[in-house]
Amino acid sequence: MLTLSQKDHEQLRGDHGPAAKMAMSIVARMAEVADATELLDITGAHIDSTVYIGEAGLEFAERLASLGAKVSVPTTLNVSGLDEHHWREWAVPSEWARQAHRQMVAYQSMGTIPTWTCAPYQTEMRPSFGQQVAWGESNAIVFANSVLGARTERYPDLFDICCAITGRAPAIGLHLTEHRAGELLFRLIDIPEHLTQSDDFYPVLGHLIGKASLDKIPVIEGITVQPEEDHLKAFGAAAASSGGVAMFHMIGITPEAPTREQAFQGKSPVKTIHVTMDDLRESRRALAHTDSSKLDMVVLGSPHFSLAEYKRLAPMLEGKRKHPGVKFLVTSSRAMTQLADRAGFLKPLQSFGAQITVDTCILTSPMLPEEIQNLMTNSAKFAYYAPGLLGKKIAFGSLEDCVHSAVAGEIVRDEARWAK
Amino acid sequence: MGKVTLQGKVIIPGAAQGKALVSNEPLSFWGGYNWKTGEIIDRRHMLSGAVAKDKILAVPFTRGSSTTTAVLLEAIRAKTAPAAILTTDTDFFFALASVVADELYASPLPLVALAPEDFSRLKTDDAIQITTAGIVTITR
Repeated sequence: MLTLSQKDHEQLRGDHGPAAKMAMSIVARMAEVADATELLDITGAHIDSTVYIGEAGLEFAERLASLGAKVSVPTTLNVSGLDEHHWREWAVPSEWARQAHRQMVAYQSMGTIPTWTCAPYQTEMRPSFGQQVAWGESNAIVFANSVLGARTERYPDLFDICCAITGRAPAIGLHLTEHRAGELLFRLIDIPEHLTQSDDFYPVLGHLIGKASLDKIPVIEGITVQPEEDHLKAFGAAAASSGGVAMFHMIGITPEAPTREQAFQGKSPVKTIHVTMDDLRESRRALAHTDSSKLDMVVLGSPHFSLAEYKRLAPMLEGKRKHPGVKFLVTSSRAMTQLADRAGFLKPLQSFGAQITVDTCILTSPMLPEEIQNLMTNSAKFAYYAPGLLGKKIAFGSLEDCVHSAVAGEIVRDEARWAK
Repeated sequence: MGKVTLQGKVIIPGAAQGKALVSNEPLSFWGGYNWKTGEIIDRRHMLSGAVAKDKILAVPFTRGSSTTTAVLLEAIRAKTAPAAILTTDTDFFFALASVVADELYASPLPLVALAPEDFSRLKTDDAIQITTAGIVTITR
């Protein structure tokens, strides 16, 4: 039975305006559906509803905006449907762009921070340990819970903005300590340490673990070298695509898992699963949806490229030039791209012939022209969704594989690290 | 088989009837449901190619992307949504689309959760009737 606070009742009655009334009515109804007994205060939100799907999502945003909606907590915005300033360089239909832009304007009018990124944890609005937030976007959710120790349930589009307006979320799921315990134990067996330090290890592992976990909380045992933050980002995004993983623990690495005991909150794993080199090779194979070495375009940056990734990419491109028959695209946020520019990391990208898109992503913007059919990426998330959403073929490789392929004009991968 | 009557848990109340489209596999609507036509487009899903428009769609729960809700909302507006959805447990993503459709268009999508053993009695092409009290009648 749901009990609302004094202020919740005021919002529901309309004392705080019609937009807060509509948002609270949705939050309260959904809290009842989820069998919550109360709502809790949130200190931040990230809005995934910015992605333009069609008329209904736009009508929802414009209805709230026209009622004078304002967010009551610091709120970042996910990718939109288009790179606001450069979409004309791509195949985006202008009518579609007009609608997607209206949706951007509607969400921006609510007092939000126009970050336009799927990696809000790379902004200054990054939540800290223990903070209660309401986040949409599956990769952001899993990063907030697992890597930062902030707390959000896996929220769908449209609900995130209602939480942001009311400042409240149902007290359910991952907001509560008892639901953050590990459930499945994944034990790495004889995986060479040098492989665990390469950037294509984490998306491959994440893809495998997401598929085996579905919506359960996996615990990974056996990582002995501290992964970089971008490794954990790639791992989480992969696991949240192939499964519904909203939180993971890595023993000795992530903040709620200093020991196995603490990761499971003293309980025993429901199941223990061994991960061998053969399993990893199979997962790496499964990420590719192509059987040819044809290449039209390399796409990097899902989730959005960080400053550290720009820094790693720049020297790889120095003095090289991509094959004329291949496009090379990096997707990122305006903020990360501007920082990279100031640091001098973009010059080698320009001379290599790379393109950069900000604010959006190939999965949410109809930007790729028809003649682009064969993609290559270092992202398990792109590799997972591209065949279904875009109907394109896609190959998967490390960052270095992607650069070498772009130069060669066809897909080439370093198999040595993965060989038997 | 004739007629079987089951009592489900009402998630979002509403009366509906139609032919069943049943799968025991979870489904993501983002990349899985074409809201312009109502076709299931996840090419790895067992219902791939089937059209769920005006049917009683039975899937245990949603998986994957947080955009599933937005896609179902588009389908409700475009009148390409199922007539109702049956699940095995409360599905937050489906429920939210229905609640928002109620707010915007006063047309909530009926949602009923069945116990797993009842859910497993459903078969594609069964004639199904759902009442606002969550009573599900199967005629075969």
